[in-house]
Amino acid sequence: MRLAILDSGHAFGTKALFAIIRTVSRQPTPEVLKLVMYRPDFFGKRMKEVTHEAMRGPSSWSVGDRELMAAFISKVNACEYCIKAHTAVSARAYQDEAKVIAVLDDLETAIVEEPLRATLRMLRKLTREQAVTVDDIRSVLAAGVSRAQIEDALAVCFVFNTMNRLAEAFEFLVPGHQAFEAGAKFLLARGYR
Amino acid sequence: MSDIRQACKALVARILEGDGTASHTMRRAAFDNAGLAPPLSTVVDKLAKHAHAVTDEDIAAARASGLSEDQVFEIVVCAATGQATRQYETALAALDVAIEKV
Repeated sequence: MRLAILDSGHAFGTKALFAIIRTVSRQPTPEVLKLVMYRPDFFGKRMKEVTHEAMRGPSSWSVGDRELMAAFISKVNACEYCIKAHTAVSARAYQDEAKVIAVLDDLETAIVEEPLRATLRMLRKLTREQAVTVDDIRSVLAAGVSRAQIEDALAVCFVFNTMNRLAEAFEFLVPGHQAFEAGAKFLLARGYR
Repeated sequence: MSDIRQACKALVARILEGDGTASHTMRRAAFDNAGLAPPLSTVVDKLAKHAHAVTDEDIAAARASGLSEDQVFEIVVCAATGQATRQYETALAALDVAIEKV
């Protein structure tokens, strides 16, 4: 972390919670938790609500689909921490790690449903170029994606374009595989609230 | 998904209009990526366009300009949320047009 307050500036009760998490998970306190639990009234509390709604709220995209979008957007932003975290959650949600790896490796050749592929293409352009055109959206609709599904995917894109930037700016330390597996189990069981 | 649009609005309203250690003007400028002077403009612009390129030196320079860690925290949060919000709103507007004219 580039700011010491994000490592050690938390309220006393939060530090106690982190100690419990470390003991139970036998892993370091997740960096993302340190961020959202620092002065939570400023950012983390509301960001957690937005994230939970986007990732676990009602949607015709599955949890695995939305976690794959998260990993994919993180890849476009070259955010290693978030790629690893959400690859683990998506792989576990789908019970198909190969699918997630194939999409991240090459969206065009991966075996994936066409509506999801068209949506991921649009999210890639939005993330890379900061904008999409009406024609870009029409291509997604033409692939059989509903308006509501596009809105839901854009919400996932909002969350990860925010969090990827924060992870990179504050420089989240990337832990080992086991830490991400523990995180994925937790996020599937409990969500983001 | 109107719930999520409301939740996003509440988040943006809080970080821009609520209490903080950085001034409202500075938080708004970071969110808009407009109207800041170096070195802060450098880190905010990198955050908006290629956050992966932000360095220790960028954050250290922001601190050395006289900002506390809490102020840097708030400015970075506003800059990241601002860029993501612009993307989101641009895409939602394109979606509205695409639906009307299909």
